[in-house]
Amino acid sequence: MNLTDKRRISLRYKLLLMVLFLLFIILTGRMIQLTLFDHTFLEKQGNARALRVVSLPAYRGMITDRNGEPLAVSVPVKSIWINPKNFSINSQHVKELLTLLNENKKTLKHEIDKHNQKEFLYLKRNLSPDIANKILALKIKGVHAVDGYQRYYPQANIIAPVIGFTNIDDQGQEGMELLYNQWLNGTPGKELVVKDLYGHVVAIKGDVRSAKPGKNITLSIDSRSQYQAYRQLKKAVELRQAKSASMVVLDVKTGEVLVMANYPSYNPNSHDKKSTANYRNRAVTDVFEPGSTIKTFAVINALDSGKYQPNSIINTSPGWMYLDGKRVHDEINNGKIDITTILQRSSNMGVTKLTLSLPPDSLWQLLRKMGFGQRTDSAFPGESDGELPYLNPWPKITLATMSFGYGLSVTTLQLAGAYATIANNGIKLPITLLKNPQSQSHSGKQLIQPRVAHEILDMLQSVVTKNGTGRLAKIPGYKVSGKTGTVRIVGSHGYEKNHHNAIFVGMVPESNPRFVAAIIVRDPTKGSYYGGSVAAPIFSTVMAKILRDYNIAPDNINISNG
Amino acid sequence: MKLNPTIILKAPISQREKMRKMNRTLSERIHIDFFLFFALLSLTALGLFVLYSASNGNSLLVFRQIARLGIAYFIMIIIAQIPPTKMRLWIPWIYLIGVLLLTAVLIIGDVGKGAQRWLDLGFIRFQPSEIMKLAIPMFVAWYLADRELPPSFIDLLVCAFIIAVPVLMTAKQPDLGTALMLAGTGAWVLFLAGMRWRLILLLLLAAAAAMPALWFMMHGYQRQRVLTFLNPESDPLGAGYHIIQSKIAIGSGGVFGKGWLNGTQSHLNFLPEHATDFIFAVLGEELGLVGGLVLLAIVTIIMLRGLYMSTQAQDTFTRLVSGSLILTFFLSIFINIGMVTGLLPVVGVPLPLFSYGGTSMVTLMASFGVLMSIHTHRRLVAK
Repeated sequence: MNLTDKRRISLRYKLLLMVLFLLFIILTGRMIQLTLFDHTFLEKQGNARALRVVSLPAYRGMITDRNGEPLAVSVPVKSIWINPKNFSINSQHVKELLTLLNENKKTLKHEIDKHNQKEFLYLKRNLSPDIANKILALKIKGVHAVDGYQRYYPQANIIAPVIGFTNIDDQGQEGMELLYNQWLNGTPGKELVVKDLYGHVVAIKGDVRSAKPGKNITLSIDSRSQYQAYRQLKKAVELRQAKSASMVVLDVKTGEVLVMANYPSYNPNSHDKKSTANYRNRAVTDVFEPGSTIKTFAVINALDSGKYQPNSIINTSPGWMYLDGKRVHDEINNGKIDITTILQRSSNMGVTKLTLSLPPDSLWQLLRKMGFGQRTDSAFPGESDGELPYLNPWPKITLATMSFGYGLSVTTLQLAGAYATIANNGIKLPITLLKNPQSQSHSGKQLIQPRVAHEILDMLQSVVTKNGTGRLAKIPGYKVSGKTGTVRIVGSHGYEKNHHNAIFVGMVPESNPRFVAAIIVRDPTKGSYYGGSVAAPIFSTVMAKILRDYNIAPDNINISNG
Repeated sequence: MKLNPTIILKAPISQREKMRKMNRTLSERIHIDFFLFFALLSLTALGLFVLYSASNGNSLLVFRQIARLGIAYFIMIIIAQIPPTKMRLWIPWIYLIGVLLLTAVLIIGDVGKGAQRWLDLGFIRFQPSEIMKLAIPMFVAWYLADRELPPSFIDLLVCAFIIAVPVLMTAKQPDLGTALMLAGTGAWVLFLAGMRWRLILLLLLAAAAAMPALWFMMHGYQRQRVLTFLNPESDPLGAGYHIIQSKIAIGSGGVFGKGWLNGTQSHLNFLPEHATDFIFAVLGEELGLVGGLVLLAIVTIIMLRGLYMSTQAQDTFTRLVSGSLILTFFLSIFINIGMVTGLLPVVGVPLPLFSYGGTSMVTLMASFGVLMSIHTHRRLVAK
């Protein structure tokens, strides 16, 4: 090796050093570029991969009765879901998973195969946290849980049609759950969590927004009375082999609904699809022709006009007449009777003659004022208007049939509401399903003269006497005013001969009414079908209990049968 | 007793050897270059530190790596004891055995991740191509050692043949990354031997011209890698995934990093291969730019020391060998970091002394053993 070679070699080393130095600069520069200049962007990208905002379920408000008794409560549950892309049916512990879920491998495999392109599949929703935690403890890849709440209804069937229910996503579907969904629903919170590539939450960074629990609502319902009513309705439906029955009890002084019971009902905790027909709250959704219970208003119309007094005599002989070629008749020829007797004996002839002697649309006006043909203030979802047709001119037969309760249809709640107005000195209060701490009597409207209201109460008391149609509604120690109704049901070929609705509406105590109850037993087919024998006894039993519960002073100590 | 070299030179030849032995430093006596040794130790320590985090605190994995490192250091020390003169005698045989093993891999090798790279000897599985990382540069240096430098055209052809045989066999496995590394180790020797610039330029031009041809010879996944390198965002869920995730890891770490064991990209499994090829991204994410610069600083120290040792070599063989080995070490560091930071295509080159894995670490430490041997067996006299 000569000198020039040596110089050349040393030149090579120098050159090499320079190149290596350059490469170091490149690497350092690249690292600086990534960590300084692209830092913000790449950090965001990194967070976008690992940080996830998950929703925190909000506690849904509780529904209670007027005494704080829970009617709908939310309990924490967990839903198990899998990522079909990560989950393998052959993983370890899948057998234990299936046992805990009570599923078999074949169905699961089928489900997974069906959703193998998805990344989310519920295995089982709303499991008790106990079981869900056991499943999570198996630590199977691709199996996750999500928190939630599920509704539980302690009173189950007894009040189900009123309360309604929520769907699996905790959203109200029926009844009060639907009506007050917004109010009951909280605002779900948001939580920042760190998730790994497989979607497992590895750390919780904290709340972005904490979940706001929903608000509670207190219903005006009294579950003690509700239970009693439900039991009696059930008994009556079974005894009479009826289709269904409904009962509404109102607090006359406040307009609160104390009882709204229906039978048959359903169990909202099991969601049996077969009972869909029973989901509806028949007391407000189902309409019927009110029959004789409307006669009360025909009489009010007469008394209110000033032309008649309770003791005015009407000649109902011979017990029948023809109007527009149609026959109107009583069961028997009542002869000359006063207006009280007309109500007591439920004379069609009597109310027809009264109504025809007054201005043609005065009865319609009164009924309209009393709330028929329109929804009540309860705002209950699916409530019916009922029907109250207005005709011009009014055919005599139409006026006549209207006066004894045909040709219009009402709901049980409307009927109770109209009688509550009578019981409240003629003042109409808005009907509410929510508990009102204060009496809202000031907001009422005087629809009937107090004098007339009193007279009517007095007259209706005669219905619930030894000779009255409603004698079975009697309550020992109390004076009861009421009206029965037995109405033929409209079938596909006009009025059915053997199908009736048995109705009773009553007010108690007569001297200062506190409660109004309307009861309908639809299509009783066994034994009696009269309102006085099928519906009135329910009134007696249920209201006796309520009067006791509310410590209402008896107004009929000397039992004299009134 | 320390003797002045000039005194030794004046002494009778029969006594010179004895006097020299008396005159040896501790380093020369145990054949360890302390400077290099401690630099390597600190790099190893940093590597284990990062590996512990990258493996999600898997102590077993770290212990296995420590065991491998122990073996590797042991081999380095053993090799350092062998005088270069003896190595020179064994080199042709080692090269020959290496080629035979490569042949064996192509015939009976184990398939790992779609390529035949491994040879299972029952008790140990290893990649024969790793042996070639040492054998090629040393055999080329052996060939050129007694010839006139710069090498003649004929010599260059012979060298090209020596390099090409194992390179092509490795490429056939297929292991393109290692094949390129092997070609590089051989090329360094030629470069250091003073190969003419005209020829170097010509070769580079030829290589550029051969690119299209190479493209058609590539496997589908190899082409994909190149395409992905050119535009990683084109396939963010597929081939570009690695690069995107590692860039995010390093970039999100910032200047000081997220802290040891706190990297989200690696710990939450977003970063693939985080204990092996992409371990540098873990370092970047958790220890930040500072950590990366510390690593580069240690590497620079090792490299400068290696180059210095190469310049101190006293004959052509040892100079070429030590120079090419240290350059190979640097090249693999550069390629790995370049790959992880998205400067180079993903070619599957591990980060020396950091990545979890066996054979490459042993080869690397063996090459440092060779360097130490060369440096500590120097004669004190100039030629």
